[in-house]
Amino acid sequence: MGEYSDVKPTVKEEFGDPVLYSKPIKEIEEKWKLVPAFLKVKGLVKQHIDSFNYFINVEIKKIVEANAKVTCDADPLFYLKYTNVYVGTPDVDEGFNISKSVTPHECRLRDMTYSAPITVDIEYIKGNQRVSKTGLLIGRMPIMLRSSNCVLTNKSEYELAKMNECPLDPGGYFVVKGQEKVILIQEQLLKNRMIVEESKFGIQCQVTSSTHEKKSRTIVFFKGNKYYMSHNSFTDPIAVSIIFKAMGLASDQEICQYVCPHDLSKFTPTLEECHNLEIYTQEAALKHLGTKLVAKRFVTAASKVKTPVDEARDLLATTVLAHVPVEQFDFQTKAIYLALMVRRVMDAQSSRKAIDDRDYYGNKRLELAGSLLSLMFEDGNWTIKRFRMERQGVTQVLSRLSYISALGMMTRINSQFEKTRKVSGPRSLQPSQWGMLCPSDTPEGEACGLVKNLALMTHITTEADEYPLIRLATNTGVQKVTFVGGEALHSPTHYIVFLNGNILGVVKQYKYLLDSFRMWRRAGKISQYTSIYLNKSQRCIYISSDGGRLCRPYIIVENGVPLVTSTHINEMEKGIGVLRSFEDFLHHGLIEFLDVNEENDSFIACYERDITPQTTHLEISTFTLLGVCAGLIPYPHHNQSPRNTYQCAMGKQAMGTIGYNQRNRIDTLLYSLVHPQAPIVKTKTIELINFDKLPAGQNATVAVMSYSGYDIEDALIINKASVDRGFGRCLVYRNSKCVLKRYANQTFDRVQGPLVDPTSNKVVWKHSILDSDGIVAPGEMVENRQVLVNKSAPVSSAVPGTWAGTSNVEYKDVSASYRNVEPSYIEKVMVSTNEEDSGLIKILLRQTRRPEIGDKFSSRHGQKGVVGLVVEQEDMPFNEYGVCPDIIMNPHGFPSRMTVGKLIELLAGKAGLVEGKFHYGTAFGGSKVQDVSEELMKHGFNYQGKDIFYSGITGEPLEAYIYSGPVYYQKLKHMVQDKMHARGRGPRAVLTRQPTEGRSRDGGLRLGEMERDCLIGYGASMMLVERLMVSSDQCEVDVCNNCGRLGYCGWCNSCKSSGHVSTITMPYACKLLLTELQAMNITARLTLTHYCQ
Amino acid sequence: MDQVNDENPRIILGEHKITRNLPTTETILDQTFNIKSFKKSLRIVIVRYTDTPLEMEFDIIGMHPFLANTFRRLMLSDVPSMAVEKVHVYNNTSIIQDEVLCHRLGLIPLRADPRMFDYRSNDSEGTEQDTLEFELKIKCTWNKDENKDSSRVDDMYKNNNVYSKHIKWLPIGNQSETYKPADVGPIDDDILIAKMRPGHELDLKLIAVKGIGRDHAKFSPVATAFYRLLPDIKLTREVEGEAAERLKKCFSPGVIGLRHKEGRTVAVVENSRYDSSSRNIFRHDDLKDAVIMTKIQDHFIFSIESVGAMPPDIIFTEAVKILRNKCVSLLEELEQV
Repeated sequence: MGEYSDVKPTVKEEFGDPVLYSKPIKEIEEKWKLVPAFLKVKGLVKQHIDSFNYFINVEIKKIVEANAKVTCDADPLFYLKYTNVYVGTPDVDEGFNISKSVTPHECRLRDMTYSAPITVDIEYIKGNQRVSKTGLLIGRMPIMLRSSNCVLTNKSEYELAKMNECPLDPGGYFVVKGQEKVILIQEQLLKNRMIVEESKFGIQCQVTSSTHEKKSRTIVFFKGNKYYMSHNSFTDPIAVSIIFKAMGLASDQEICQYVCPHDLSKFTPTLEECHNLEIYTQEAALKHLGTKLVAKRFVTAASKVKTPVDEARDLLATTVLAHVPVEQFDFQTKAIYLALMVRRVMDAQSSRKAIDDRDYYGNKRLELAGSLLSLMFEDGNWTIKRFRMERQGVTQVLSRLSYISALGMMTRINSQFEKTRKVSGPRSLQPSQWGMLCPSDTPEGEACGLVKNLALMTHITTEADEYPLIRLATNTGVQKVTFVGGEALHSPTHYIVFLNGNILGVVKQYKYLLDSFRMWRRAGKISQYTSIYLNKSQRCIYISSDGGRLCRPYIIVENGVPLVTSTHINEMEKGIGVLRSFEDFLHHGLIEFLDVNEENDSFIACYERDITPQTTHLEISTFTLLGVCAGLIPYPHHNQSPRNTYQCAMGKQAMGTIGYNQRNRIDTLLYSLVHPQAPIVKTKTIELINFDKLPAGQNATVAVMSYSGYDIEDALIINKASVDRGFGRCLVYRNSKCVLKRYANQTFDRVQGPLVDPTSNKVVWKHSILDSDGIVAPGEMVENRQVLVNKSAPVSSAVPGTWAGTSNVEYKDVSASYRNVEPSYIEKVMVSTNEEDSGLIKILLRQTRRPEIGDKFSSRHGQKGVVGLVVEQEDMPFNEYGVCPDIIMNPHGFPSRMTVGKLIELLAGKAGLVEGKFHYGTAFGGSKVQDVSEELMKHGFNYQGKDIFYSGITGEPLEAYIYSGPVYYQKLKHMVQDKMHARGRGPRAVLTRQPTEGRSRDGGLRLGEMERDCLIGYGASMMLVERLMVSSDQCEVDVCNNCGRLGYCGWCNSCKSSGHVSTITMPYACKLLLTELQAMNITARLTLTHYCQ
Repeated sequence: MDQVNDENPRIILGEHKITRNLPTTETILDQTFNIKSFKKSLRIVIVRYTDTPLEMEFDIIGMHPFLANTFRRLMLSDVPSMAVEKVHVYNNTSIIQDEVLCHRLGLIPLRADPRMFDYRSNDSEGTEQDTLEFELKIKCTWNKDENKDSSRVDDMYKNNNVYSKHIKWLPIGNQSETYKPADVGPIDDDILIAKMRPGHELDLKLIAVKGIGRDHAKFSPVATAFYRLLPDIKLTREVEGEAAERLKKCFSPGVIGLRHKEGRTVAVVENSRYDSSSRNIFRHDDLKDAVIMTKIQDHFIFSIESVGAMPPDIIFTEAVKILRNKCVSLLEELEQV
């Protein structure tokens, strides 16, 4: 065991001959191929699916088991016991007790919930007999797509196509009432761990305990040279010495041994507190605590029986530090835990280094669909009042704007922090997020840094069994802490071992423990997601197997040599030998998962060339530290960092293809590009996430030059011929829904055929597009205000019982009509029923749009711009090959943005064109500029990518050489057609008679306060009068100059005279104010004087 | 004599920008347009003419750049051609949307001489003088003849790909007498219009009219028409050995040749016409000064790539005619002022 002795071995002893390392380590060719292998088994949304699977297969059974027995106060013999619970496969009730298996797509179309029955087996007492029943339905559970109970799992592409499902769709969401809903990943501060931090009062150590039964927070802090413990079940902070006494550590010596055997000075005042209060025994301490209890809100018969002393003892056992188990009121472990908390505060006081960082990502846990659903299954609610846990916006509708936006939503992490608070700590990028979270993908504005996204290879753990870990630890020399006494806790040779926040014991040969744990994990004997790491300054070893930790695979390096070799990769690729899947790599101990804590305790090399004797792990591929959205950017490592962040936000707005099943969907809003193209400059990530199969953009030939002045402020010039030929053309789909209800009085909505004008015997214009069944015909063009479904509803429906017979039911017209100035085409009509069995008609409307001035485009480098001018091809500049650019971009976009990546993309794209291949712009890699230039030269192009251009207008060559080539451009969803708005006259609000607000109501354009200030400053008073009164709510009012009140028709009703009444003009809003004041018994009197006086 | 400042108007390709030379005599660029001297100086040389694809390369020497550019612009935007403008969709059960299908049909180049047709006015019914009609009736079915085991789409279905060859001409009026069926129809047979599966069906009537490229790119008779200026490359000093090899690589093949002279390899300019003006010589600091790259400003190398309806030479002469007509109508209008 010399290896594990405390004598520090030399490098040579420990790692072997250093000469061996001077040899350069051969790069493992194509080791990035492990990434697709990883994604094949794990997938992009595996964390959601794993978590949900764990819930419906394991945890739901545990929950039912924990609450299995229901007893009755009236009959003590009676009981009801749940013996088992199952979640079935999704089905739909077709009436008459027949249920039919259902596909997710059917649910989407028919506005149903994709859910499965939850059935239980029960056992209960009937009379004197024990009766058991099986398969009782207790409710329905929404089923996550592609989870173990979903019909889509393990289906081939062909089978998925049969079910109208896109094989590239990741799943991991739910279908609820036809809407796709995602349960976002929630970030939380970890539970059951000590966190030393600085608070208002000074340094404190805080533990949030969370078990299935209790959730509480315990704080140890230092105030006025004493150490106190505060807890929400005690009214005041209590000196820790009293707690120790209450826990049965009666002698001061014993307490000191646990807390600080070497230096008593700090702790003496706290001990004094006991003496001041004359607490010498456990009984006395409990009695003292009994007086400090928070009064219970509900006094039950059971609680009345207990004395305050009993109650305090109970509280100490179950609620204070609830996660530390106490059996038979043996408080020793809990006392040690508390002592350690005090100790941590002391350490932090002497050295600020010991203060923990709240934002450190190892101190965070992520909650997924499974754990959130289990909370709901247990509690029925997500807003748990008793612990002030407000949960809002946990589920969100899956954004289907593009494939990327859907994928991006599945990897999103929501933080529990308040968005309004102006704190930088939780928002800033933590070094510990390296490789786990995407450094680029976060929104701008209020949620900046609080909403994060997972990196490509991140996995979130699910809970694993503790028992084997305890056994293993005990076998490797961990001694129970209760056996070794307080002294050992503080001896420099002993290391405290924690398992999921609880003290497991102490160990002397910590290195042996670490090594054997890692060995067993690599051998696959314990869960691969178990983490073990050493904190030398705390002299602690932490072992974790809880759920919600972020982890990530690494290649193991032993003695300076990575275990994965090129042969392994080859074998994996060709499928020969034993190593085939990613799992095999894990089982053979070549690759292992490290969580954030262990990652920060390891020495990881990014590349083979960085490996030193101390290296423990090797990065699989550097580009995986980015997430899905940032992975689309070519050469992101050449860009200014915020540009990548902008692109991450914009990639989600780009239209393109949303899935292979997009033509079968009837969404409220769906954008798609007519001719989407895969980018010429790809990245590895693009291939891995199949963006090249479901692209969102087109390769446009771009010339970087100024043209006409219509290109200032990032505006783009586009070629009309390109637009004619289909560049940027897009389809906009919208739906119109119509539900045919049945009412309680036996009446129902009906749909009638088109109305015929009796005089001309022709169908009226409004109904001219209807089929004979009263529903619009597919392929027709609908114009504004035309009827889509000629529905009518009975006038009286709410009165049950007063059924007047079917013959004379009065109907009113409630037809669904089309409201949009631009006409649409009818793509398809669906007639079906929904879950309530009422009729459902869905109509899919389609518009085709070509780009116009004001439409928004963006490259993949956060360079957005609107179309400033559409230019004829003849006016476009052309080069010596006769090539006209599709887009002209102003070079002023570059210097301040520093998007060098875009310049390289252009160059690589151009080389790709002439060579006839795709170039790679993968992060931290990709085709090199040198090689790309070489390729261009080979084909007779300028090595800098600059060409001679001739002006299309004068015909002469341009003085400058123009940087030109293909750049992947995305069309964003913001189009002028949906935004443009102007009005002269139009509708007014009823109350104020002022113009309505907003485009949808054909509203006016507001002349606001600041604009008003300008006019005042300018002195344009008549202009002001016109804007604010004449063009808004001008109103003629009769005012009586005698009483000052408003009159009516030249008559003052209070003076009963018309003598002093004159008519003035004022805003209606002012008149409204006067009359409203009058209604409140306040008279506002107007005094009129002649204008010239 | 000066290598650059000779009697020709030239542009000089510098490392970072293009400059102009100072010609020793007055050139065409300095003169105002004069038809007599223009006639005298103009020279047109046809260099290349190919049938498939219909392409022509020819030189225009001694012309003002504005005039050369005018012809280029006219060919792109003003020379008319026939294209599908309206589609009557009687049935379309394929997955391609009506508008997208129509857009694709519009872009198919049609074989029809636009000079034989009139422009169709907006409100009139189509006549034999201004309209061509086509139909596209096709239905995809299961292929029952081929062997059952094949899973190739082409074996499993019939008519699963709709090509431009499936478009059929419907003569109206006396069109069947005026034109042979071979004269009218899509130029290329293999343009993929749509993909279908059993049950899908197209029943369309296409109406083609005469139009110009300014209205829509589909009416443009050329794929593209452009010109470039004749490159002229001169060596200022003798380059030999390895440097000569490097020099050769900096230009398009055939521009620089290597001569063996007294046991040395010396670079000489062979034919600078086909140089792609890549200016890669500026990568080599030692060779930068050995070469002067210029282009002659009144020597245009035109390339016309016809879409197929009209041969490129006709397109050019049509452009000339259009310019003449424009001038005539301008003069007429001026007279009325």
